[in-house]
Amino acid sequence: MHLDHPLTMPHRYTHSADPERPDGSHRALRIGFGGPVGSGKTATVAALCRTLRDRLSIAVVTNDIYTQEDAAFLRREAVLPPERITAVETGACPHTAIRDDISANLEAVEQLEQDLGPLDLILIESGGDNLTATFSRGLADTQVFVIDVASGDDIPRKGGPGITTADLLVVNKTDLAPYVGADLDTMRADTRRQRGDLPYAFTSLTAPDGIRPVTDWVTERLAAWHAGVPR
Amino acid sequence: MSRTALLLLADGRFPAGGHAHSGGMEAAVASGCVHDTAGLEAFCRGRLHTAGLTAAGLAAAAATGHDPLALDEAADTRTPAPALRRIARSLGRQLMRAARVTWPGAELDHLARHRPQGAHQPIVLGVTARAAGLSPLDAAHAAAYESVGGPATAAVRLLSLDPFEATSVLARLAGDCDAVAAAAAEAAERVAAEGVTVLPAVSAPLLDITGEQHAARPVRLFAS
Repeated sequence: MHLDHPLTMPHRYTHSADPERPDGSHRALRIGFGGPVGSGKTATVAALCRTLRDRLSIAVVTNDIYTQEDAAFLRREAVLPPERITAVETGACPHTAIRDDISANLEAVEQLEQDLGPLDLILIESGGDNLTATFSRGLADTQVFVIDVASGDDIPRKGGPGITTADLLVVNKTDLAPYVGADLDTMRADTRRQRGDLPYAFTSLTAPDGIRPVTDWVTERLAAWHAGVPR
Repeated sequence: MSRTALLLLADGRFPAGGHAHSGGMEAAVASGCVHDTAGLEAFCRGRLHTAGLTAAGLAAAAATGHDPLALDEAADTRTPAPALRRIARSLGRQLMRAARVTWPGAELDHLARHRPQGAHQPIVLGVTARAAGLSPLDAAHAAAYESVGGPATAAVRLLSLDPFEATSVLARLAGDCDAVAAAAAEAAERVAAEGVTVLPAVSAPLLDITGEQHAARPVRLFAS
């Protein structure tokens, strides 16, 4: 009886990918998306995929807190083929998985590159967390922090590492401002004060092409990545 | 040996992916088997003397320098549940990543090359201990302690248990942990002469069954 079959003992038959691509080109740019629960991280990732998937090879890693809801949403919306979307579990601690112990996320990222071949872009979506959750530079090359107008227009004023240090701050759901009494001018002024020269974008994903400012930023980052400019 | 290296390896903050796993605790809580500190203690004691002892034996044997690929097969033999095999290899791969940066060396590279999808976590733990200059007994201690430390932390999150009470459970289990580690290391010493069959092969059928069930649950906090 031969038990050493590739289907039952796959680890004996697979080999890890080389750290470099054979042609010496760059691996995929890894962009982290963090922010509080319900601010629109998944919607932002979905809109980016829809806009960029025809010209870039993209994969997504989601970090759900206790379900596979975000990964399931992205698959159901068919923003990418299902094999391009992976969910990582975080043991009730989403910030640990993107900052203090990034091993499960790195596994997921490398497995996607190994299974799918060279990719241009890997979007890593954090589980909804608090204003201090940021990505380790060992996991994400660059990071976007997503907050929203409806959670209170004082959030940019409060600051915190996500708001002050993310490479791009997205203030989402601007269409809701009149309904929740949010003052966009105040939010903009506070954002500028907190971030200095760092870029930010006010978005409304319900508007036609509402993702445009984020798409433009991603395209710029990708060009810089290919040109070898760090961050 | 460096005692500090052992503290580093056994520290729950060592970035090897363990924080996302409950060692079967979430399934035990979901089924109502564990709902308080006394239940946590009984669960941990049971896990320590079954899965913990088996893991400690494998880790200690790997730390003696015995062929890790043969030990990896021995770990497969001792892990009947497919879901738990997958978890053990996934955690092994994550530990390998952290270990190769922390204590780089040829033996870790060798194992990574031959098990690119991950060796069983206790095997990687043993080879890592060796790379860190630790003894087989140290590796057994790390494995035994880990077999109860993970579930205890998970229980605090799952049941909102008093964290001081949960930690006191681990303190009360210290003597058992020491005894398990000593038995594991003693068996590991005999592997070179007598083969891997002398290593502990104690199973916990309920952990195997609930491990499979947990892997199929759509809503859960922990991966295992």
